[in-house]
Amino acid sequence: MNVLEVRKDFPILQQQINGHPLVYLDSAASSQKPRQVIEALKHYYETNHSNVHRGVHTLGSRATEAYELAREKVARFINAPSAEQVIFTRGTTESLNMVAYGYARAFLKEGDEIVLTPAEHHANLVPWQQAAKATGATLKYVPLQPDGTVSLDDVKQAISSKTKLVAMAHVSNVLGTINPVKEIAAMAHQVGAVMVVDGAQSVPHMPVDVQDLDCDFLAFSGHKMLGPTGVGVLYGKRKWLDIMEPTYFGGEMIDVVELYDSTWKDTPWKFEGGTPIIAGAIGLAAAVDYLSDIGMEEIRQHDHRLTAYALEQLKSVEGVTVYGPEDSRQRCGLVTFNLLSIHAHDVSTVLDSEGIAIRAGHHCAQPLMRILKVPSTARASFYLYNTEADVDALVASVRTAKEFFQHALG
Amino acid sequence: MHLDDLYRQVIMDHYQHPRNQGELDGGIKVDLKNPSCGDEISLRLKVEDGIVRDVRFQGSGCSISMASASMMTEAVKGQPVDKVLELNKAFRAMMKGEDVDPDELGDLEALHGVSKFPARIKCATLAWQALEKGVQEPRQ
Repeated sequence: MNVLEVRKDFPILQQQINGHPLVYLDSAASSQKPRQVIEALKHYYETNHSNVHRGVHTLGSRATEAYELAREKVARFINAPSAEQVIFTRGTTESLNMVAYGYARAFLKEGDEIVLTPAEHHANLVPWQQAAKATGATLKYVPLQPDGTVSLDDVKQAISSKTKLVAMAHVSNVLGTINPVKEIAAMAHQVGAVMVVDGAQSVPHMPVDVQDLDCDFLAFSGHKMLGPTGVGVLYGKRKWLDIMEPTYFGGEMIDVVELYDSTWKDTPWKFEGGTPIIAGAIGLAAAVDYLSDIGMEEIRQHDHRLTAYALEQLKSVEGVTVYGPEDSRQRCGLVTFNLLSIHAHDVSTVLDSEGIAIRAGHHCAQPLMRILKVPSTARASFYLYNTEADVDALVASVRTAKEFFQHALG
Repeated sequence: MHLDDLYRQVIMDHYQHPRNQGELDGGIKVDLKNPSCGDEISLRLKVEDGIVRDVRFQGSGCSISMASASMMTEAVKGQPVDKVLELNKAFRAMMKGEDVDPDELGDLEALHGVSKFPARIKCATLAWQALEKGVQEPRQ
């Protein structure tokens, strides 16, 4: 992969921010979009747009074809056994809520347990809290190791015959740790529990094969993997999707509507009530094409190289605390840190004044922030368009921030 | 956009040496959080005869939010509630980049630069939001 060539595909990167070339290190929050994705949206709206699955006119057929082709592309991308196991949603949050409503609330009961970790993003935590409250099930947290990793022994301890659902991020959005979800899925299956994987931070950055992981559900977002905002995916095993009730009702998802009862379409259409996210799905398919052309293994290695380099460079700055595992092989795509006792917002403002965009805050993971005992952290995240020069700019700016605040604070 | 416009010396001084920090016995208590960034403030107010007799704060957050809280307490302590509400209005106007009489704001004028950093305005206004809520509560 030639990063400099890749960068040419991203118009947004060719600009100055506050008088400096933009260094975009916030892809874990949302990635930028290549021309190919923007063009696909434009082409769709300019030539093929219509509503799908209804009407018999030519545009209707074209839009339906493009929408269903997007489903097939996404299915191939994650190696789903069939396209019907790919549901288009608004994003990871909606995907996880769909499982919480359609599966957990329907099938869990008092005394059942949901196993998860305190490092989960709020999107993979609050839906389970609410499902537990509604069903009488309890949440059981796997403790984190001091470096933020999850130990299989601890998971083994937490999982029992009471466990009905295990929910875990494939990659932590704060620490960047890669969790052994394949092994954990096997443990879950031994006790008859389902494995829900939050793939928001893994699917954009590494090859993810749902059949190899053998997960029951996988949720991810389009906008973190070069796609447009407002589209995401829920993959599920057929046996679960078929017995799950839709979570919302209306047009498009119905089979026969009577005055007092109705029946639903098959999976996945029964989950896509209303006019679906047509343009979003088509944009996501273009993103999947772009990523596939480069190759996910290539992207994984690139992101890993940058992460390892950033880890090493940031650690060389006295006063920088880096969170998460020391070994970069356990990480994916991001580095979270703090500088002295300077608040991450203050650090981020200095970086922004030099054109560098990072995330500062609690990263939608308040329980994890309490474990780290910090109110907030700064996070630099990398993607296929980032270079070692971006990391150098980050580290130089962190040094500037250090000098600035040491001077300002006397 | 210059960092020195934002991080003025007086702001950094308040950040390092916050005034009126701590607890109060009794009085009105307002806890506010900025859920998007995690900044927190716990404000204590003693209002008697329409005058803010005492005010204290505790909290955690960035330099701007903590300095702004400290500066706010100095500005409102001993002031009539009506004047405090006027000051609040003037401060919010300054944050929006509107022209405000510098004499009216006194030391608070040092926070003027925040208005040029849109992402940080909510940091500076957190304490004022807590204050507004506090002084408008039914009198004890």
